[in-house]
Amino acid sequence: MTVISDPLMHPTKRPRRLFKNLMAKLASIPMILTAVVVFVGGTAWTVLYSFTGSRMLPKTNWVGLDQYERLWSSDRWIISITNLGIYGSCSLVLTLVIGFSLAACLDRKIRFESAFRSIFLYPFALSFVVTGLAWQWILNPDFGLQSVVRGWGWESFVFNPLNDANTVIYGLLIAGLWQGTGLIMCIMLAGLRGIDEDIWKATRVDGIGTIKTYIVVIIPMMRPVFITSLVLIASGIIKLYDLVVAQTGGGPGLASEVPAKYVIEYMFRAQNLGQGFAASTMMLCSVVVIMIPWAYLEFGGRKRG
Amino acid sequence: MSKILKSLLVGSALVAAPASQAIELEVTHWWTSGGEAAAVSKFADAWNATGNSWLDGAIAGSGGTARPIIISRILGGDPMAATQLNHGRQAEELIEAGLLLDLSDVAEAGGWADIVNPSALLESCTLDGKIYCVPVNIHSAQWLWLSHAAYENAGLDVPNDWNEFVGSAGALQAAGTLPLAMGQQGWQQNLAFGAITIAVAGTEAWREVTVNKNAEVAAGPEYTAVFEAMVDARKLASESNVQDWNQATNMVITGTAGGQLMGDWAQGEFAVAGQVEGVDYSCLPGLGLNDILDTGGDAFYFPVNDDPAITAAQKELAALLISPEVQVSFNLAKGSLPVRGDIDMSSANGCMQKGLKILANGGILPSGDQSLSADTQTQIEDLMAQFWSGDMSAADAQDDYAQLIKKAD
Repeated sequence: MTVISDPLMHPTKRPRRLFKNLMAKLASIPMILTAVVVFVGGTAWTVLYSFTGSRMLPKTNWVGLDQYERLWSSDRWIISITNLGIYGSCSLVLTLVIGFSLAACLDRKIRFESAFRSIFLYPFALSFVVTGLAWQWILNPDFGLQSVVRGWGWESFVFNPLNDANTVIYGLLIAGLWQGTGLIMCIMLAGLRGIDEDIWKATRVDGIGTIKTYIVVIIPMMRPVFITSLVLIASGIIKLYDLVVAQTGGGPGLASEVPAKYVIEYMFRAQNLGQGFAASTMMLCSVVVIMIPWAYLEFGGRKRG
Repeated sequence: MSKILKSLLVGSALVAAPASQAIELEVTHWWTSGGEAAAVSKFADAWNATGNSWLDGAIAGSGGTARPIIISRILGGDPMAATQLNHGRQAEELIEAGLLLDLSDVAEAGGWADIVNPSALLESCTLDGKIYCVPVNIHSAQWLWLSHAAYENAGLDVPNDWNEFVGSAGALQAAGTLPLAMGQQGWQQNLAFGAITIAVAGTEAWREVTVNKNAEVAAGPEYTAVFEAMVDARKLASESNVQDWNQATNMVITGTAGGQLMGDWAQGEFAVAGQVEGVDYSCLPGLGLNDILDTGGDAFYFPVNDDPAITAAQKELAALLISPEVQVSFNLAKGSLPVRGDIDMSSANGCMQKGLKILANGGILPSGDQSLSADTQTQIEDLMAQFWSGDMSAADAQDDYAQLIKKAD
C-alpha cells in the first residue's frame, strides 16, 4: 500500500515491481493456471454448454433456456433439491451441535479422553461408500437393528427408515452424522483447547455457570473455528453423492435422490450433457447464493473493523 | 501393405491370422458375473486360438458404470481395440464423430445380411448404409419366472400366463408368499413395464408408441389398460424390498416369492442354484400372453485405430465373433440366443428352446434400446421408479408417460 501511495514513484518503476520476488511468482504460475483454466475455465465452459442441446458429445446447437425449463419441470430434480435441503439443514445443525457437545464433554478433563477421541474420530477414516454399505446393513429390517431388537423380545419394534420413502433421507442423515461429527468434534476440541485458562478463572470469579460460560463466552470466542467447521460441513453437503449411491441407490423409487446424482446420471447414463450441465449450473448457483452474502459479511465486515 | 491386408482379410479372415504377426487386442466389456465371465472366455479362447492374444478389459459393475468409462476412453483418445456396447442408439454420436471403425467390408465378405436373424439387429448396427458393430447375442426382457415351490406350498398349479398369475396372487399371499418379487431399481421397474405393455396393449400399440413415438396412442385406452395392470402389479410387489435383480430372482429360487418379471439372463441364476426348468421353475416368454420377445442384446464396436495392423486384427476379430462355432459356445454359456438362425442349438435348455422357437416364428420386436435414446429411457426409468415406490395413480402415470413420449427424439 505504501508503495502505491508514494508520490515519488515513477511509472518506470512499475516493471521492477513485476519482477519482485520473481521466483515466487514463477513458482506459483502452475497453480494460477490451474485455478484459471481448470476451475474458472471449466466452470464457464459448463455454464456455456448448459444452453446447448448437447447429448453424448458437446455441441454448440443453442437451445436457450430449454434445458433449465426441463430441469425445473422434472419431478426428480425437485425431489433431489428438497432432499438436499432437508439433509443439508439437519446435517448442518446437528453436526455442529453434536460435534460441539462432544468436544465440550471431552474438554471437561474426563478419564480416557484420548480413547474416546479416537473412537469418535474413527468413522471419519472410513469412506462414504463403506459407511453407506455398513449403515445399509445396520438399517436393514431383516438382519440389522430391527431384527436384533426383536430378537431381544420386543416383537413389535419397527425401525426401517430406508424402505420408507418419507424417512429414507433421515436414514442417510444418521450415516452422514455418524461419519462426519468426529472430525468436527476434533476441530472444536482444538478450538476449546485454544481458549485461555484465565477466561475460565475469570468467569468462575464472576460466578457464571459452566453451560452459560460455554454459550455466552466460549462460543463467540471460537468464531473462526465455527467458520472452518461450517465450510467443511457445507462442502460435504453439496457434494453428497457416494453415500446415497452406496446406501440406497437413490431409492426407494426416487425418494433419496440428490442433485449431484442427477448431474452424473444425466451426463453419463442418459447421455444428455446439456441437461447435466444445466443441473450442475443450478448447483453452482445455490453455492454462489449462499457464499456471496457470507463472503461479503465475513471479509467486507473485517475491513470496517 | 494395406492392399495385402485387405486381400488377406477378404480372402479368409480366420485362416489368415496365424500367418500374420500375433497381435494383442484389448477388449472391454462388463460381463463379470460367473456365467458371463465363462461366456466371454469362449471369445477369448477362440481369439487366442487364432494365434493372437486377447487382453481382457472387464469393467466391474453394470453397463451403467462401464459405458461412461468406455465412452470417455474412446473420446479421450485412448481407445481399446474392441468394446461391448448394447446395440442401438448408444453409439450413434460416436459413429457420427467418426470414432468407430466401418465394418461394411467384413460384413459383406461374411454375408451378414443373410445370416443375421432377426435382421433388425444388423439394422441397429447400421448408420447411413454402413455397418459399425457385430451383434453377438440376443437378450429379451419379456419373461415371467415362476417358482414351483411357492405354488406347491399354496396348493396351486403353476400359472400359464400373466392373468392366471394375477388371479393366483391372493392364494399366494394367504400362504405367506410374496406374489411378485421386484427389485427397487428404475431399470427393473421399467423392464416390468415393458413386459406388461407388450402383454396387455399388444404389439401394434407398443410399436406405435415406442418406435413411432405416437403420444396419442400413449394417452389412449390401450395404455390405460397397461397402467391399470401396473397398479395391480404394484400391489403384488408392495412387500418386496430387495434392490438387485438377482436378489429378487433368489426369492423365486427359494420359493419366498411366486414370480418375477426379468430378462432371460435370470436363468443363469437358476442354473447356478442347480434348478431344473419345468421341475423347480417355469418360464413364460411374453408373459404367456403374446409369443413375442424383444431383441435387445450385446454388440461389439471397434474404435478407429491409426495402426493398420491393429485395424486388420479388429476386422478379423469381428468376423470371428459371429462365426458359427463361437456363436454356439458363447451363447450356451451366456444363456442368450444366437444372432444367426443357421446354427445348431439343440443342446440349449427348455427356456432357451422356447425363445429360439419364438425367434424362428418371427415373434420379435426391436428393444427399447434400439428405439429410444438413452435420455428418454432414463426419464422413463425415473417415472417408473416413482410410480412403483409411491402411490401415483394410473392416470397420472399415463399422462407423464405420454408427455415423455411426445418429447422423445
